[in-house]
Amino acid sequence: MNLYAIAAIYRFEMARTFRTLVQSIISPVISTVLYFIVFGAAIGSGIQTIEGIHYSAFIVPGLIMLTVLMQSVANASFGIYFPKFLGTIYEHLSAPVSFLEIIIGYVGAAATKSFIIGMIILITSSLFVPLNISHPVWMIALLVINCVTFSLLGFIIGILSNNFEQLNLVPMLIITPLVFLGGSFYALEMLPSFWQTVTLFNPVMYLISVFRWAFFDVADVPVFHSFLATLVFSITCTTIIYWIFKTGYKLKN
Amino acid sequence: MPIISISNLSKSFSDGTNALDDVNLEVNEGEIIALLGPNGAGKTTLISAICGLLKYDSGRIKVNGYDTVTEYRRTRKLIGLVPQEIMLEPFETVYDTIRFTRGMFGYPENKELLNNILQKLSLFDKRKQMIKELSGGMKRRVMIAKALSHSPKILFLDEPTAGVDVELRRDMWNVVGSLKSKGVTIVLTTHYIEEAEMMADRIALLNKGQIIFVENKESLMARMGKKELTINFQSPISSIPEALSKYKLALSQDQFSLIYSYDNKASRTGITRLMRDIASTNLILQDLKTSQSSLEDIFVRMIRN
Ligand SMILES: Nc1ncnc2c1ncn2[C@@H]1O[C@H](COP(=O)(O)OP(=O)(O)O)[C@@H](O)[C@H]1O
Ligand SMILES: [Mg+2]
Repeated sequence: MNLYAIAAIYRFEMARTFRTLVQSIISPVISTVLYFIVFGAAIGSGIQTIEGIHYSAFIVPGLIMLTVLMQSVANASFGIYFPKFLGTIYEHLSAPVSFLEIIIGYVGAAATKSFIIGMIILITSSLFVPLNISHPVWMIALLVINCVTFSLLGFIIGILSNNFEQLNLVPMLIITPLVFLGGSFYALEMLPSFWQTVTLFNPVMYLISVFRWAFFDVADVPVFHSFLATLVFSITCTTIIYWIFKTGYKLKN
Repeated sequence: MPIISISNLSKSFSDGTNALDDVNLEVNEGEIIALLGPNGAGKTTLISAICGLLKYDSGRIKVNGYDTVTEYRRTRKLIGLVPQEIMLEPFETVYDTIRFTRGMFGYPENKELLNNILQKLSLFDKRKQMIKELSGGMKRRVMIAKALSHSPKILFLDEPTAGVDVELRRDMWNVVGSLKSKGVTIVLTTHYIEEAEMMADRIALLNKGQIIFVENKESLMARMGKKELTINFQSPISSIPEALSKYKLALSQDQFSLIYSYDNKASRTGITRLMRDIASTNLILQDLKTSQSSLEDIFVRMIRN
């Protein structure tokens, strides 16, 4: 293992984060607070409670997931796309670095960053509503797993993208809708039964459901299903990465 | 054992361009070898293949005895690359970017060494500046500093002086000179044949993806280089005198001089006899001058053939 190379990439990516502190940390936090005010205070005053949980508290896990998933994808995809765009990828290709080490560097940094953002949102939320986390260890573990998996997904998107449009396309057309329709702001049973069925095909719903379970000990779908979905999703991303690595696809002529 | 050995290397791009065609080349440790050839000859492609920037179709590359594909960790660690184009992260400082490269090559930060490199390339004062604030010449220096950050044993310079000012060019050759004296092997490509002539120990000529020849610079010049003796007279001569007709002489356009071509490696150049015969005519000498054809002349001739 070329640990110094992993550290170099990680350090570079984290430096990029802190260079753009406003854009990368403060802005997701502000938008979360806005969601909180709009959904929690405005709409929540009409809904009161879901499954016995105060609505303002109910949306916290979904809000964290929403931001964390989008941030993971955005960070990792930009992280690896930029060296391709600038040509500085020549260094990654000519250095004694394996593809795995490059992934650990970029995905590690992207995941770290979104984990920090997730924690900031959690702390910010707890200023608005009292939160009692039922399974704190699971909560942290799930957060970490999702940060990593979605950073992997972002890394894949960054490698496959040929231009900035493509880079934004997948997050905009696929991930954002999946996250919004994955039950961030409502319980599955609040939907008409047809949409309930449709939502069962949304992988993000499982992630949010189990994350909410870690908070409040209630879930839309059986926890086991959620774990299975998380596993399948991670394995899929890893397989794609492995294939890109094997073929050198889009990295080497 | 050569430090780089390339055998039967071929590469065509997906658009069908045959960029390298059965290339065989050995580079000796400690030498400076210049890859010359017209635009599109395959020089950059060859360097990229050695450094791991692209996949090749067939053939084999060994660096220090190790295969560059299966044992890439061993081979790449020895290599520093300065690509043809400037490619840098604009929002990073000069120091950070060379520390990054050193890290990528598997070494911990070494402030003294990195600052030393920056000093040699007149970058030390700019070490805390962001790359985007630097001029083009300075950026090129940064590219070189990056390549040197892990003290490579082999340095690739792909057209290092294309569009570079005189000062940087001089600094660059100073750096190259001092690296050579430390035993670093240097592979460079250049358009400026005078540079190859000045710096290189050996010259490889590429054209259309093929190596036309690889040869020691001196022996190349000697073998290929014709010498010319220009004999100036005090007054013009209308035609070559009868007494000199057995020599291969050309009359200059202004008719003031005769030009004698000879092979300077031949045991007898014929100069002594020629001068004696000239003395027997009534021509009065004004001046003598010899000149040797440059590598450029040689290559233009070779590529035309
Ligand atoms: N990525 C690429 N895709 C297609 N053709 C390429 C690519 N890179 C180089 N070539 C072609 O390969 C040939 C050799 O190019 P190159 O190695 O850059 O030449 P040189 O460095 O000697 O000028 C040229 O015909 C060039 O157009
Ligand atoms: Mg070139």
